[in-house]
Amino acid sequence: MIYLDYSATTPVDSRVVDAMSPYFSTSFGNPSSIHRYGQIAEAAIDSARESVASILNCAPDEIIFTSCGSESDNLAIRGAAYAMREKTGAKWILASRAEHPAVTKTLLHLEKYEGFLIEWLDVNERGMVTSEIVSKAICGDTAIVSVMYANNEIGTINPIKEIAQLCRSNQILFHTDAVQAAAYLPLDVQVLGIDMMSLGAHKFYGPKGVGALYVRKGTPLISHLTGGGQEFNLRAGTQNVPYIVGLAEALRLTNEEREQRADHVRPLRDKIIGTVLETIPDSQLTGDLESRLPHHASFVFQNMDGNLLLTLLDAAGFACSSGSACKTGNPEPSEVMNAIGISRAWGLGSLRVTLGVHTTPADVDAFLKVLPDLVMKARMLNVKGQVAR
Amino acid sequence: MNKVVVAMSGGVDSSVAAALLKEQGYDVVGMMLRLWSEPGKEDSNRCCTPDSMAQARRVAAKLDIPFYVIDAKDVFHNTVVQYFLDGYARGETPNPCLICNRQIRWTFLLDHALALGAEFMATGHYVRIKRTEDGKSELLRAVDRSKDQSYVLHVLNQEKLKHALFPVGDYTKPEIRQIAEKYGLPTATRKDSQDLCFLAGEDYRNFLQRNAAEMLQEGEIVTLDGRVLGRHNGLANYTIGQRKGLGVASPVPLYVITKQAVSNTVVVGTLDQLGSRALTAHDVNWVGGEAPRESFRAEVKIRYTAREAEAVVTPVNNGEQVRVRFDAPQRDITAGQAAVFYQGDVMIGGGIIV
Repeated sequence: MIYLDYSATTPVDSRVVDAMSPYFSTSFGNPSSIHRYGQIAEAAIDSARESVASILNCAPDEIIFTSCGSESDNLAIRGAAYAMREKTGAKWILASRAEHPAVTKTLLHLEKYEGFLIEWLDVNERGMVTSEIVSKAICGDTAIVSVMYANNEIGTINPIKEIAQLCRSNQILFHTDAVQAAAYLPLDVQVLGIDMMSLGAHKFYGPKGVGALYVRKGTPLISHLTGGGQEFNLRAGTQNVPYIVGLAEALRLTNEEREQRADHVRPLRDKIIGTVLETIPDSQLTGDLESRLPHHASFVFQNMDGNLLLTLLDAAGFACSSGSACKTGNPEPSEVMNAIGISRAWGLGSLRVTLGVHTTPADVDAFLKVLPDLVMKARMLNVKGQVAR
Repeated sequence: MNKVVVAMSGGVDSSVAAALLKEQGYDVVGMMLRLWSEPGKEDSNRCCTPDSMAQARRVAAKLDIPFYVIDAKDVFHNTVVQYFLDGYARGETPNPCLICNRQIRWTFLLDHALALGAEFMATGHYVRIKRTEDGKSELLRAVDRSKDQSYVLHVLNQEKLKHALFPVGDYTKPEIRQIAEKYGLPTATRKDSQDLCFLAGEDYRNFLQRNAAEMLQEGEIVTLDGRVLGRHNGLANYTIGQRKGLGVASPVPLYVITKQAVSNTVVVGTLDQLGSRALTAHDVNWVGGEAPRESFRAEVKIRYTAREAEAVVTPVNNGEQVRVRFDAPQRDITAGQAAVFYQGDVMIGGGIIV
């Protein structure tokens, strides 16, 4: 099997596993305990926090550890929404149409159950949220703007530095979901100028089950998980010490090896994009070609079922994913496809191929060799399915 | 290793089929179809609900085989469900499982299995397949006669049969359940399901009411010589041979003899008028590939649950149709059902009764 789905998740780096191990058996204490066990555990998460903070160029107490990127999104958006409403009465939240469900579902929830008003920012046909779009939409009643740093489905990198500046000058909170971006893009929060940023370890060779949220000092935030007061009273629950250590180590390695990892995957990605568009008829690249994650290739193929292509690919030994993938075989094009104006005939046939540290040129060649045939097979089966009588 | 796709439903039979084939050394892949269900009733369909899908997925995980779901909603609706509705519109009693087996399982799904690189496709049907010396395939009744499902597979031809495997047919149902328990398959205690899969557990009449109400138009109940005895509430509500529920006053018991779609009448008669010794069937499939030149004796089943009856089968029109003459009169020969002919355990073929 050849894994080409790094945007879904990544294997845990063995150095990360090594860093985590002691905290399962030897140094297993509860960081909140007074005794030595607790002190050692607390020291571990403090070091982890400092390490993450130094990479993000912020203060350690601006980092909150969570269970995942989705939880970070929830904490950021709900936490800031309630706090801003309490503080200024502002209750409009702006978010792009192409956000991850952890952002959109949370916003829909806030709209339905809490009376917040959500405005959805359009993206251009390459999935980008431009600062023009944002500036047209903000008003005095806007509490928060949330635009993702890079899109998981189509790889587009948004101009969040500009958007952050725009929000700052209008005194609006700006949150960015950087879960997908963290593996490859710079995370200096002073340079970016953002107020909150979500991270999830399993996208950058850390374990699943741990994330982080950067919250700029002074940002009003009401806690989501209440209880024992951990994480500065903002996120209750005994900290998952080994995983937090894992996240920090994974981020440290990512920061150090960022350039070389990007240089490794970029040419492979470009080869995939070039070859697919050349050899497969009725194919389109989705997302921005230039402002794009270096490991990410995504396409739509007309008149084909994306789910079926994934099945054929898996049976042929290649693990990929799709914007419209659905395990129960009931596919619909994703919101992102709709947002970038892809019609249903194309949108159902999406394919996402994302590369990582273990991807070799031979892997890519083998993939490119079988893909055209499988797309053809999937198209044929699509036609047969329509005329079976 | 030979690759085989097992059509899984989450039920015990297809689960055990997968287990048996894995035991026999095949490279097994599980596949399930997402079929059509009425909007809003996705969870109540007998087959292929999210629930049974989760079940099938669990079985695949326990057997450590890959598992894929294929979307067949549209093609299922356009062939099977449509066939069902069309049949009732013609005043027949259609058996959509025949179309599902031919078009959905053994064409659509088989195409997908072959596309995946499989040489074979297997189902959990209770039937046996025997390869003969001349490279042909014979379909035999299952060892467990009470569960035999060869009837619905009479539509399969040699081209499809050469890719078919039916591991379950060699066992009795109790043996299959034991095997399921042995493998720790979660389906060991599920009840067997009998009715049409897309009816969501409801009566077929409710389905027709919702999807083709025009077929439930009132009309007359008449005798064979045209005397009007009463009114019926829609042809689809009556089956051939039905005695109860006619709502007609009569000194002797009356039975539904035929349903006339054109005049929208239900024709009733007495018991001796009901029986018939002959039928014609069209759309005949000869499992061996060729129609016999001459008449032959066979045991003929006229519906899935019927007992076989001795008859003489005469191929007509190059075998595209047959005329069947029974030794003894049959009560409920129903247009739209299949007449399937056997000689001993071997299924010779079958067609749709006109």
